[in-house]
Amino acid sequence: MAKELWKGNEAIAEAAIRAGCRCYFGYPITPQSEIPEYMSLHMPKVGGIFLQSESEVAAINMVYGASGAGARVMTSSSSPGVSLKQEGISYICSAELPAVIVNVMRGGPGLGTIQPAQGDYFQATRGGGHGDYRVIVFAPANIQEVVDLMQDSFELADKYRMPVMMIMDGMIGQMMEPVEWKKPAVKLEDLPAKPWATTGTKGMRAPNVINSLFIDPNASNDHNMRLHAKYQHIIANEQRYETAETEDAELIFVAFGTPARLARAAARLLEEEGIKAGVFRPITIWPYPYDALYEAAAQDSVKAVVTVEMNTGQMIDDVRIAVRGCKPVSFVGQAGGRVPTPQEVAAAARLALGR
Amino acid sequence: MAIVYQKSKGLTDVEFHYCPGCTHGIVHKLVAETLEELNILDNAVGVAPVGCSVFAYNYFNCDMQGAAHGRAPAVATGIKRVLPEHVVFTYQGDGDLAAIGTAEIVHAAMRGEKFTTIFINNAIYGMTGGQMAPTTLVGQRATTAPLGREREHYGSPIRMSEMLATIDGAAYIERVTVTTPANIIKAKRAIKKAFQLQIEGKGFTMIEVLSTCPTNWGLTPVEALEWVKEKMGPFFPLGVFRDITAEEAK
Amino acid sequence: MAYNDILIAGFGGQGVMSMGTTMAEAALSEGLNVSWLPSYGPEMRGGTANCSVVIADSEIISPIVVQPSELIAMNLPSLDKFEPTVKPGGYIFVNNSIIKRKLVRTDVKAIYVPTLDIADELGNMRVANMVMLGSYIEATGVLKFDTVVNMLRNIFTGKKAHLVEINQQALQRGAACAKI
Ligand SMILES: Cc1ncc(C[n+]2csc(CCOP(=O)(O)OP(=O)(O)O)c2C)c(N)n1
Ligand code: SF4
Repeated sequence: MAKELWKGNEAIAEAAIRAGCRCYFGYPITPQSEIPEYMSLHMPKVGGIFLQSESEVAAINMVYGASGAGARVMTSSSSPGVSLKQEGISYICSAELPAVIVNVMRGGPGLGTIQPAQGDYFQATRGGGHGDYRVIVFAPANIQEVVDLMQDSFELADKYRMPVMMIMDGMIGQMMEPVEWKKPAVKLEDLPAKPWATTGTKGMRAPNVINSLFIDPNASNDHNMRLHAKYQHIIANEQRYETAETEDAELIFVAFGTPARLARAAARLLEEEGIKAGVFRPITIWPYPYDALYEAAAQDSVKAVVTVEMNTGQMIDDVRIAVRGCKPVSFVGQAGGRVPTPQEVAAAARLALGR
Repeated sequence: MAIVYQKSKGLTDVEFHYCPGCTHGIVHKLVAETLEELNILDNAVGVAPVGCSVFAYNYFNCDMQGAAHGRAPAVATGIKRVLPEHVVFTYQGDGDLAAIGTAEIVHAAMRGEKFTTIFINNAIYGMTGGQMAPTTLVGQRATTAPLGREREHYGSPIRMSEMLATIDGAAYIERVTVTTPANIIKAKRAIKKAFQLQIEGKGFTMIEVLSTCPTNWGLTPVEALEWVKEKMGPFFPLGVFRDITAEEAK
Repeated sequence: MAYNDILIAGFGGQGVMSMGTTMAEAALSEGLNVSWLPSYGPEMRGGTANCSVVIADSEIISPIVVQPSELIAMNLPSLDKFEPTVKPGGYIFVNNSIIKRKLVRTDVKAIYVPTLDIADELGNMRVANMVMLGSYIEATGVLKFDTVVNMLRNIFTGKKAHLVEINQQALQRGAACAKI
């Protein structure tokens, strides 16, 4: 199919509709407001539900209700709004409900800036709300990948009955790139049955209950252990990553989202100086591809690992876990809305290599 | 040379960032003049919202705090409880006050928190680019209501002044506008009265100002003033909705 | 291997963003890779706006343009801000209807385009952008005139079909500025 030029935020919304999402709840916030704006126009055209909520707290709880009622549902926001959703995400994880949550990140903390950043890595991968829970987190690096991952996100959310998050910096939401709609739109009749949903017993079955309260400590422990086993299964089966020129590299950049592109640009600059640098890019940041990164870093050729992030160094913790001390790990990045330049990234690489 | 007019001492020298024809600026001026005239600039603490007036902390020449979106009444509560002798005010838009922050404003009023709220009702989200507000009129277009707000889907707009006037802790609630010199004078009087009642410890006070957003309404500044009168006026009537001093006088 | 890092900057309302999307659409229809990245935020309210367009026949590495190979400056603040960032040997297109100074840099190619004067002569101020685009295409050869004209034919149909002609003239007049 021919490629079309799409703005990131609008492509996110369109991809969700094509993935069979028929229910969207959200609250405006820059730099992702084009998602609800697009939904407000196009959801009604496919018979779906678009509702602007009074807050992000309300939106995520609307998601809880709609998902419990069996809908393929999504919400989106940007950093400060995603903070407000954390309570709801914790409840959704405990109640084991599928949902897709998009975070088009801006700079924080607090009101921060509306410019692109990646300061919500910890929040997304460590669980920003209370209790032992995880969410699958995709970190696409371009608009095509956002679109390609959308259907997978909804499918994994249904498969594991849990939220799938997609996080990207504000640049991906605001920019335009060519998009190819590779997969055919999902047919609603092909969506999996949800026998657990509260759709009315119709006198045919015992009532379904969607709930996160397990007041008896034994029941609560069992519930937590069951969730844990699910998360372990996901860790074993759902890791995704991409490598570019990491084989026999002297230096490995690790970056998620847009900085991976900056790292590629930096690698080109280094190539001109005869330094071979590769880029390891986790596509799922939970589950994190620890073993694959270890293998790349442990190669004899590799002298140093440099993480590139648009924050003050968050993913570097996971990189250290992965590398297990076998190679020195250092960080380069900018926070709060500034984007590191390929030149800065290349300079950090030279420093790491002692040149 | 005789000075016939000068900028209020209640405002700093920072240039406003508001769009041409936006009435945020007029309301800032009225609040600033009130603070100056009541001689409370040096013990006033203001709370700026998240909305187009997010930079209000740069404009008012007194101590200011910036709050999270919608939480200004809670922040002001914290300030006033620690500094009961100070004059405290919040300055909030309709998304801030009537959507995400509805709980905070209702409960501040219920507790009779002794601060003053200036509520800018422009029937739209200005800052984020023209999305629907709880005060958006039925039929009015917004970027998240591209065909106009539908009553079936979103209900009718919320009238905050009328609603808060039912709460015992509210001491003074008035809706004003700033579309003409006469209205501006009335608005100033209302704002001053609210601050005075706060100083007298009467309870929660709020002045709602019907305001313009020519940018997101897609109107010229002059048309926008007309729109306030023609479209907003009938749904959001001007007037005093609660005045415990009048009730006390009875 | 062609790889063009283009920065277009001017006042909000000068059509800076749409000039960028036109170039991006044209590049896409020529089968090239492309990205378009706008500046965004409150500064756009009456302030300056810019967008980065990357056009390449290979994979686009980064959509962020730090060191443009071509700068299109529609107003003076934009020229002041971005002139020092242009790659040596690159191009700077100056909207000299409103920018009254010459370039400081001597290691780049300067192209002066009186976009507003030409648009005024053509009788439609809205084609000022097309004048600039014409200069750009002529000077760099990055896109083809035919592609843009075909796009115009698709955009302006029915009652608006007459606009194709004037836009085409604007492209030609702009191209002439780059020939000198
Ligand atoms: C938690 C959170 N959600 C959303 C936003 C984005 N946001 C900023 S201002 C605003 C609404 C502005 O509208 P209003 O309060 O009516 O003020 P106006 O700009 O019209 O003066 C929104 C939704 C935010 N900053 N924080
Ligand atoms: S967007 Fe609207 S409310 Fe905001 S400054 Fe402009 S006119 Fe005023």
